[in-house]
Amino acid sequence: MKYGIGASVVRKEDDRFLRGRGQYVGDFRMAGLQEVAFVRSPVAHARLKQVRIPERFRDVVFTADDLVDVKPIVSAPPLKGFKRSAEPILATGKVRFVGEIIAMCVAPSRAEAEDIADAVSLDLEELPAVTDMLAACEPGSALVHEEWGDNVFVEFGENIWKDDLSGAAIKVSKTIRTARHCMFPMEGRGVVAYRDERLRNLTVITSTQFPHCVQTGLSECLGLTHGEIRVISPDVGGGFGYKGLLCREEVALAWLALRRGHPVRWLEDCREHLGANANCREHHYQITGYATADGKLLGIECVAHVDAGAYSSYPVSSSVEAAQIANLLPGPYVFSNYRCRALAVATNKCPIIPYRGVARSGICLAIEAVMDAIARKAGLEPYEVRLRNMVPPEQMPFDNLLSKHFDSGDHPECLRRAVQAIDVQRIRKRQQNPEPDGRRIGVGISFFVEQGAHGTNVLASWGRPIVPGYEQAQVKLTADGEVEIHVGTHSHGQGHETTYAQVAHEILGVDIDKIKVVQGDTMYTPYSTATWGSRSMVHGGGAVARASQLLARRAAQIGAWLLQTDVENVHVADGKVIAGDSSVTLREVARVWYLQPQNLPAGVDTGGLDVTAGYRAARDSGTFTYAAHAALVAVDPATGIVDILDYVVVEDGGTLVNPMIVDGQICGGTAQGIGTGLYEVVPFDAQGQPLASTMLDYMVPGATEVPDIRILHMQTPSPYTEFGIKGLGEGGAVGPPAAIVSAVNDALRDLKVEVLDLPLTPERILAAIETARPRGASA
Amino acid sequence: MKPASFEFVRVTSVAEASRQLKQANGTARLVAGGQSLGPMLNLRLARPALLIDITGIPDLIEAHGGEDAVTVGACVTTAAIEDKRLPGRGLESLASVAMNIAYRAVRNRGTIGGSLCHADPSADWVTTLCALDAQCLIASEQGNRIVPAHQFIRGAYENALAPDEVLTAIKIPRLSARGRFGYYKVCRKAGEFASAMAAVVHDPDRGVYRAVIGATRGKPILIEDARELQQPTGKLNEMSALQILESRGIASSSARRQQLAALSRAFAQATLQ
Repeated sequence: MKYGIGASVVRKEDDRFLRGRGQYVGDFRMAGLQEVAFVRSPVAHARLKQVRIPERFRDVVFTADDLVDVKPIVSAPPLKGFKRSAEPILATGKVRFVGEIIAMCVAPSRAEAEDIADAVSLDLEELPAVTDMLAACEPGSALVHEEWGDNVFVEFGENIWKDDLSGAAIKVSKTIRTARHCMFPMEGRGVVAYRDERLRNLTVITSTQFPHCVQTGLSECLGLTHGEIRVISPDVGGGFGYKGLLCREEVALAWLALRRGHPVRWLEDCREHLGANANCREHHYQITGYATADGKLLGIECVAHVDAGAYSSYPVSSSVEAAQIANLLPGPYVFSNYRCRALAVATNKCPIIPYRGVARSGICLAIEAVMDAIARKAGLEPYEVRLRNMVPPEQMPFDNLLSKHFDSGDHPECLRRAVQAIDVQRIRKRQQNPEPDGRRIGVGISFFVEQGAHGTNVLASWGRPIVPGYEQAQVKLTADGEVEIHVGTHSHGQGHETTYAQVAHEILGVDIDKIKVVQGDTMYTPYSTATWGSRSMVHGGGAVARASQLLARRAAQIGAWLLQTDVENVHVADGKVIAGDSSVTLREVARVWYLQPQNLPAGVDTGGLDVTAGYRAARDSGTFTYAAHAALVAVDPATGIVDILDYVVVEDGGTLVNPMIVDGQICGGTAQGIGTGLYEVVPFDAQGQPLASTMLDYMVPGATEVPDIRILHMQTPSPYTEFGIKGLGEGGAVGPPAAIVSAVNDALRDLKVEVLDLPLTPERILAAIETARPRGASA
Repeated sequence: MKPASFEFVRVTSVAEASRQLKQANGTARLVAGGQSLGPMLNLRLARPALLIDITGIPDLIEAHGGEDAVTVGACVTTAAIEDKRLPGRGLESLASVAMNIAYRAVRNRGTIGGSLCHADPSADWVTTLCALDAQCLIASEQGNRIVPAHQFIRGAYENALAPDEVLTAIKIPRLSARGRFGYYKVCRKAGEFASAMAAVVHDPDRGVYRAVIGATRGKPILIEDARELQQPTGKLNEMSALQILESRGIASSSARRQQLAALSRAFAQATLQ
């Protein structure tokens, strides 16, 4: 049985998760704990004139007037022309979206805290709300931040246009709108804060992806030193980007704990999640593609808008989605003319933050819709057009026209495998006859590259106030020969307790049950920007590898002495220091080091068996996994309902540390992508009021809507990373909308109608079919 | 999302429930399974001063079979119906309706009477019981009365109960041996509320041919004589169905399309072979 790199080891953490023994923020119980409920803005845009607090609640309700020494959250990347937003912890002056927090109410139970919140009344002078990203850019639009003069956070542009394409044989233009939706981790946000008198710090237990960034953010807002703040991120039930920011509630609760002297807690409820606490994915594309008659792509022009919401979140910033659109829209394709403007627009809605795949599900849909349209004009299979525009494998590594460095792989082979697995040929045959149940079937394939594990330079250019650099890991041998790994990254579903152990096992050979991973506490782990952007296995795993290698060298030195040979003659494997036929266990090495130091040589490294090492990939432009998603769908033309009949993912994720966990990542991501494609949208009315407050009004795909996803792997190592690992946590969520849209439109192809706006609701599909109905046959 | 404070009482007789309702003077709500009222309490959309739990009233949790009808206590759960615990024959199709309502966890608690009283236009029991011409048995301290389901539902979330009245049971006529029940709902995902639904009861031996269209914005649409929907061939006349839908206020074309699909499929199921 193999346990190292490449083994599908059962996740160590699953034992506690599956038995209900995980420890989440909501599971912490402590003496004197009180609960918090917030008074939130009922309107999207208004001047806040007064907060009226009944006299009897004076001592348990707090507003901006109380938080005088607390600084607002500012996330202003050093980008030219970026307009700053300052997000007050509790609203002051103006409210800029429904759900913005205005007052904080504390009581022994949440129900009582909500009673108090109910009794607080607001004097609001309503202002016209900016609710549409395109209208927000029109002259004369109301302004979210008056001092800006317009509603644009920042604009990114690319302009590489060498040829005159006015005579191109094929020119196609598409307008695409993707829906604003929620991220819906199983566990919402939650915060417990208290003063730890023994450690003399403020301790904040929060459901976050990155405890150190929260620590830095709290330090900036509260004026405390890092040493005065400890952030613990315990078990976290899914992040997906939703927990990759400093949220106001964390600052507010931290302040409250210091003020009140007893522990306080806030747990996000479903209504807060749906209506108030960050959305994702809302883009608009006006995109044009030029191609030769035989489907060779010549150029892409695009104007894209991102509805970034009212504030720039810390530290992701409102710039990242627009930056990615301008930067990643060319996708996997080879062409020479590219023009793109991408604007991050402020509106009176809650902030948009990067969700799994960040902007790329929209980007993939936009470029793939163009490829499909070119295929129709050229009279070719959509996959054939894609194949004609891909990087040939012999040209890898390849720099695309924006100098994106595709590190390795064989894109055409990946696509060919998907075509074969979904069996396009057989589907084309089946489509020649009507389905017995009256439905129409269609096939769609999307292809994309997934830049992951981005390094410092890439992220600095997209704009972030906190830019990741080197990742560190501390690895030590305990006195009884077990291994303890301390990392700054945070696993909230990724299975790092298992995969990091596999990396250390690969190098040290210690049984993975004897390797413990410690994470999620600023007191015990190296500072890290932690886990997002598919970076942990490359950077964190790289650091674990380096530290394990260093530890192996230290152990080898002691082991060689014990074996009475030179260090050049030994190597570490299978939990032993080995010299030819003789060996000494790491357990014995550890015992001597910790308990019998009199038996050590004089010149032994006094650093011992507890090491910290850092890692940065040989090239930090990011790894490029890639995948083809193929969907076979049935569209019921009478009801507009779409069923997914078959779904294939062919993915090249580089060297896979744990293929079973990778399959889980792909399945989970694909389920979310199906949500983006078919179901998920937070509806808003014209006044900026979100209309979903329970899961009755907000649909996520469930067990019966997610098909059995067939996953096929390719494994081309990255030439630049430890073990050739690539980042692949997000791709699953990127491909589905484009594949499903393509498949649905394939099903409707003989009606000559097309649906591109997300999600593909029955209403949209029926409306499209309606346009194809002959006049007079009204319904 | 925690409810505002309320008093709670669990009663053991209909008379006591009625008395409590009367005393509370409009500030009390009955609760059975709580599958609709619970979320409304949590969202503070409902703020009763008193909740009266009627699931402890023995008569309300029983179903009794008669020759021509089954009388189902208002607090019989959807799960019990799914599990075919209604006595006798002629209403087997109710089990399949039940099986597709929400999720088992909801069905375990949710009751047939509670669903009817809640009068959500998209509720399966509302459409089904109107189609079957079920009778609602209502009691209060003043006495008893019987109201047909289609009159019991007054509109969206509106029922015919007076403030002190309790729906005690629903009497559902059995289909004869040749009778057919057709039912179809349009749902984007399993367990969700439907965006369109139709039920058709075709039972010539009892002289019944009724169709009901549910998931509207108000009262279900009742077509008492479904022959008016029929072509001479026996198939659904889509044009006249669309006209009915339009004249009964189904305004959007996509909603009409979906309702037409539901009706035509329910119609086909109810067509005698």
